[in-house]
Amino acid sequence: MTALSALIRRDIRIALRVGGGALIGVLFFLTVVVLMPFAVGPDLALLSRLGPAILWLGALLASLLTLDRLFMADHEDGSLDLITMSRTPLELACAAKALAHWLAAGLPLIVATPVLGLLLNLDMVATGAVALTLLAGTPALTFTGMIGAALAVTLHRGGLLMAVLVLPLSIPVLIFGVAASQAVIVGPMTFGAPFSILCALSLVSFVVGPFAAAASLKHGLD
Amino acid sequence: MQLSGHGVICVRGGREVFAGLDFEAVSGEAVAVVGRNGSGKTSLLRLIAGLLIPAGGTIALAGGDAELTLPEQSHYLGHRDALKPALSVAENLAFWADFLGGERRDVTESLAIVGLDHATHLPAGFLSAGQRRRLSLARLLTVRRPVWLLDEPTTALDVAGQDMFEGLMRDHLARGGLIVAATHTPLGLESRELRIGGTA
Repeated sequence: MTALSALIRRDIRIALRVGGGALIGVLFFLTVVVLMPFAVGPDLALLSRLGPAILWLGALLASLLTLDRLFMADHEDGSLDLITMSRTPLELACAAKALAHWLAAGLPLIVATPVLGLLLNLDMVATGAVALTLLAGTPALTFTGMIGAALAVTLHRGGLLMAVLVLPLSIPVLIFGVAASQAVIVGPMTFGAPFSILCALSLVSFVVGPFAAAASLKHGLD
Repeated sequence: MQLSGHGVICVRGGREVFAGLDFEAVSGEAVAVVGRNGSGKTSLLRLIAGLLIPAGGTIALAGGDAELTLPEQSHYLGHRDALKPALSVAENLAFWADFLGGERRDVTESLAIVGLDHATHLPAGFLSAGQRRRLSLARLLTVRRPVWLLDEPTTALDVAGQDMFEGLMRDHLARGGLIVAATHTPLGLESRELRIGGTA
């Protein structure tokens, strides 16, 4: 347990220091969402109908932005070798790294959502709904994205390849995340059904993600 | 405690690096792996560390902790020093001590031994190559592991640093440890030589 909490603390600390990834994600999210009303125009009804989709897209891209560095940085400086050799199972170490990434890069997005909801003409209830779906859905983005990050290390290609691999996996999360938020704003569906599926997607990714990422890293030993 | 390899074959990128390699090391003994560039010295250390999978043959540690695998009882000191530039010297070392676990020595004490106690709060990004190497060596001291796998350990160390390191290796061997080091320069202590490939 000490080993895992040490790993989580280290990754969060690095993300929050100068040059870390935590702030970059939030700034990107902010930029995308702030630009959107200018592109769509001053139609308030249209903005509030598009609002949840814009927030979700922004959050998706922002969380992918820093995810490709998840294992790459540790691979480049040799830390990954020592993590692989250690007494901590690699699956647990992967899960700890993903959790740290979500805490440092995903959670700030959710905190920023209420402020950005104002810009998109979303009322209190709608903003709350989007924030809640993001809270339930962004862990799934991180934990599935981790598989792509591990593959990027194995194949020695970061960046674009990772986006191509991970984006299709995140489509279900996007569909049900936006569907649940829309249900609150325009109806007529219930909020419960898509939200439950969103939670289920997150739970599945908690199980599949670490094992797939660890298998990929072990296969790519080099 | 005895580390031994029999008929080890290493294949990398479809090319056979070495084949049929036998080696042996017992407690208190250092093995110097020598050979020309590209002969597979680093590959051998990574095979022992479990970071590469042998294409054939076996590597085993007899008489160690039966609960742990060979990599879990080994320290690997490679070209890359596993330091985070954003974290301070003490934070880097404390992280590895916590993460690797097991029997450990105080962080400040090992920093004093490698001569970095004046730079504890400095971010590791500001360290020179030699200081980074000293910090990596501090990891070997902080967390006690019986097997040391060292890849060109004296690179970037000044003369005083090399003397200090020689003393550390002697202490480790005297406590019943075991060292396998890939090197081009003499280790400075009596060691068994393991030559890979032709003469250098």
